[in-house]
Amino acid sequence: MMSGTAIVVTSGKGGVGKTTAAANIGAGLAMSGPTVALVDADIGLRNLDLVLGLENRIVYDLVDVVEGACDVQKALVRHKHIDNLSLLPAAQSRDKTAVTPDQMKALTMTLRESFDFVILDCPAGIEQGFKNAISGADKAIVVTTPEMSAVRDADRIIGMLESEQIRDPWLIVNRIRPDMVKRHDMMNVDDLLDFLKVELLGVVPDDESIIVSTNRGVPAVMEEKSRAGRAFRDIAARILGNDVPIAAMLEPDDWLARFAKWLGISRG
Amino acid sequence: MMEFLARLFGRVETETSRECARNRLRLVLVQDRATLSPHVMEQLKSELIEVISRYLDIDEGDMRVELDTSDASVALVASIPVKEIKRESAGAF
Ligand SMILES: Nc1ncnc2c1ncn2[C@@H]1O[C@H](COP(=O)(O)OP(=O)(O)OP(=O)(O)O)[C@@H](O)[C@H]1O
Ligand SMILES: [Mg+2]
Repeated sequence: MMSGTAIVVTSGKGGVGKTTAAANIGAGLAMSGPTVALVDADIGLRNLDLVLGLENRIVYDLVDVVEGACDVQKALVRHKHIDNLSLLPAAQSRDKTAVTPDQMKALTMTLRESFDFVILDCPAGIEQGFKNAISGADKAIVVTTPEMSAVRDADRIIGMLESEQIRDPWLIVNRIRPDMVKRHDMMNVDDLLDFLKVELLGVVPDDESIIVSTNRGVPAVMEEKSRAGRAFRDIAARILGNDVPIAAMLEPDDWLARFAKWLGISRG
Repeated sequence: MMEFLARLFGRVETETSRECARNRLRLVLVQDRATLSPHVMEQLKSELIEVISRYLDIDEGDMRVELDTSDASVALVASIPVKEIKRESAGAF
């Protein structure tokens, strides 16, 4: 049997959008057919369940599985609306030292046998939680925002991934504000690529709909109208090997753009 | 329009915050990246010792090799105590 692909979503710096990206990419991939397991590797700071609206369905968690207290199939929580999407929740009352990299590697291996994609949501930092999350990954997605400290940390993470033999990571630039980029008050995507020299997987605008959809527990990819949701749908499509252009998202969302859209003029 | 206004008020002359971030980040990354993995550092040292020992008798124990990043650029700084200059290496006469 063909084994699935394990992708870790990481960043170094905290709060740049790893969990948001993992949830939306997982849901986006699953919506186009493949089976997806989302793994919350942020042990002690469980969050992925909230973004997916699955917090009330958790019985067992990742640490239970690793410690042999229950079977992995039993711990997986199936998504309410997307049948082929499942979540393996993080333990909330334990910490990162409850799991070793070898255990995570074995767990990822097991999941890859029954899912097309295993998406791992990595904790912030470069310590054990990071090492655990990346240990079983074939590929990494590095999330950054267009801010100095996030880019600096991304650079560090890219180096660390390389020394762990996870080469050619993909980059997601999150929370871009086209208006600020236009005013030269924010670094643009090309600036970031100049520094980081990795392949761009996608650009996600700073978008209120992320907060709204997190409040509702429905990932933005599932919302037809969300701009960030559309960016994540495009990202999922690119992971599946489709050639989707990136530029569209970089136009500012000003009244003119909205008016043009209303008139049905696509700015492609 | 914004650009016109910006030019009108002379904002274009001064460094934009994007440029500022880029310039600062460039320097920071040069420094951050100036590390060699311990494995590579050891290999570099042993090869240095090999080459230099052909000409000089050096004190390997007190040898120091490091990357210096105190400026905007990175320098490899090596301090290698010499015990003796080999006879055949010495300047003739
Ligand atoms: N594109 C976006 N637009 C607006 N808000 C966003 C966007 N992406 C993320 N956020 C918000 O930023 C916050 C942090 O996001 P998230 O939890 O995904 O980051 P993280 O990298 O997983 O954080 P941590 O390092 O703590 O795990 C959340 O409140 C989220 O709603
Ligand atoms: Mg998170």
